Amino acid sequence: MDKLHLHYEVEGNDFVAAGEAAGQMKRTLRQLGIDFEIIRRCSICMYEGEINMVAHAEGGSADVIIAKDKVTIVLEDTGPGITDMELAMQEGYSTATQDVRELGFGAGMGLPNMKRYADTLAVESTPGIGTKVTMEINIPA
Amino acid sequence: MKHSVTLDKDKCKGCTTCIKHCPTEAIRVRRGIAHITEERCIDCGNCIRVCPHKAKKAVCDDFERLKEFEYTIALPAPSLYGQFRNLTDVNVVLTAFLHIGFDHVEEVSQGAELASSITKHMLENDPDLPKPLISSACPASVRLICQRFPKLIPHISKVSAPFEIVAVRARKEAVERTGLPPEKIGIFFITPCPAKVSAGRVPAGLSAPVVDGFFSISDIYKRLLTAMKSIDKPLPLSNSGLIGVGWAHCGGESNAAFHGQHLAVDGIENIIAVLEDLEDGMLPQIDFLELNSCNQGCVGGCLTVENPYVAQTRIRQLIQHMPISLNRLPKDAEPPAYMFDDKPLEALPVNILDDDMEIAMQKYAKIEELLEALPGLDCGSCGAPTCKTLAEDIVQGLALEDDCIFRMRERMQYLMGMGDADEYLPLPFRRRDDEA
Repeated sequence: MDKLHLHYEVEGNDFVAAGEAAGQMKRTLRQLGIDFEIIRRCSICMYEGEINMVAHAEGGSADVIIAKDKVTIVLEDTGPGITDMELAMQEGYSTATQDVRELGFGAGMGLPNMKRYADTLAVESTPGIGTKVTMEINIPA
Repeated sequence: MKHSVTLDKDKCKGCTTCIKHCPTEAIRVRRGIAHITEERCIDCGNCIRVCPHKAKKAVCDDFERLKEFEYTIALPAPSLYGQFRNLTDVNVVLTAFLHIGFDHVEEVSQGAELASSITKHMLENDPDLPKPLISSACPASVRLICQRFPKLIPHISKVSAPFEIVAVRARKEAVERTGLPPEKIGIFFITPCPAKVSAGRVPAGLSAPVVDGFFSISDIYKRLLTAMKSIDKPLPLSNSGLIGVGWAHCGGESNAAFHGQHLAVDGIENIIAVLEDLEDGMLPQIDFLELNSCNQGCVGGCLTVENPYVAQTRIRQLIQHMPISLNRLPKDAEPPAYMFDDKPLEALPVNILDDDMEIAMQKYAKIEELLEALPGLDCGSCGAPTCKTLAEDIVQGLALEDDCIFRMRERMQYLMGMGDADEYLPLPFRRRDDEA
């Protein structure tokens, strides 16, 4: 078996449940004996992605493909999309609503953190259609 | 690893209470009896607490063992003080130890004060200390970290447990006082929990044990109570203050002695949640993390007699009239007496499906497939706590699909051919009305 596929649905506007997919993924990665540091990076990427989908897109789906040499996380939503990609990648820039900020989210660190902890990050977004974020975290041999 | 939680086979009915309450999923029922998986057990004592048949117990020592030694010393844990009604002077408890057969008594709270003093010194002076520093005082928590959060092992404080600190000092002083060789001196820890017994017998961070035996608070309680009634003039034996005795309840260890930010957590499930967050970097910046596997801290140990909340309140009242601390780190302190020696804490991962990642992935896929077919009721009838653990056991060759009573129903249905197996099954196992 060369690939393992995990799938999670992320509910929108539920900040309490946000992080569940990251938690479940973490337990799975642990069972596979993957290095703790790799697991930590995967969890952060997944958690940030989940929060983004909850805060901006009324939820979405998360797919994790685990291979011997890398973990690929694909997040897809049908939310409003990202209009200015350059701004979105900037630390501290956020379009989160006041309600979301009052909950302690929307600090503008989501995408920058994903970029920091993933080895590759690709964001495809069409305003009005949705966003697809693909992250790869390499597993050193 | 030698565990101190064991089973009384005659009392065990093979019910599912303990498997459901074990935080590390270490117990399975097989042939009507609960079996503990040694590698998974952290000696938290939850099973002792919940067993309705009192079949789970901690293996402490027999009181007769005092006779093996020429000079005996009792080391009572501070949680002992919370067990007695109307106690205003801890010297009454300490004097009672001399009445029931011990030659000498030293409070573990003295060791707690030394541990606090060392930890404070480390936090203030060692810039390389990993933050948060995690308390090493609760052995169940330490073992949990070694099993489930090995990445956090470097955070665990290398300060020995208070009872070990006191034991080393008490033996040295007793040798000087009596002229006896060290092995003729018997040092017994009066413990609130089985985790400290296991940890004392095979210390995690020391190469050899420093205590000779263990009596549980609940075993020694009656003897003490009887002796205490006859004491008019207690001897002035107490030599510790509110910092040391405060270790008996959750928050005492971190509250009394440390500057900076600290977090005190009690209850094993809460500890797991906090450690998950810490591992992911989701906890706010803290300097010291106190972990107590039992609710309310050591006063909640399963080998105590009093309700933990009552005991905690009594401890708080008792320490109001105590000096702050009577034990500080001596300038010429020899590190080996207070710190773990060269034996590093080992990672003991228990959740990895296979060392070969490819095989682990295959096993994981098989578990998912099995889970689809299992009912998801987590009924425990198969002897495993959840359908997921049954699936894991099946994949690891430790159980069979037919161990599931619902899978069995399907097989029966098949064997019946045209007939309906439902008629022969007890009500809970029959098909739902909407399936019929």
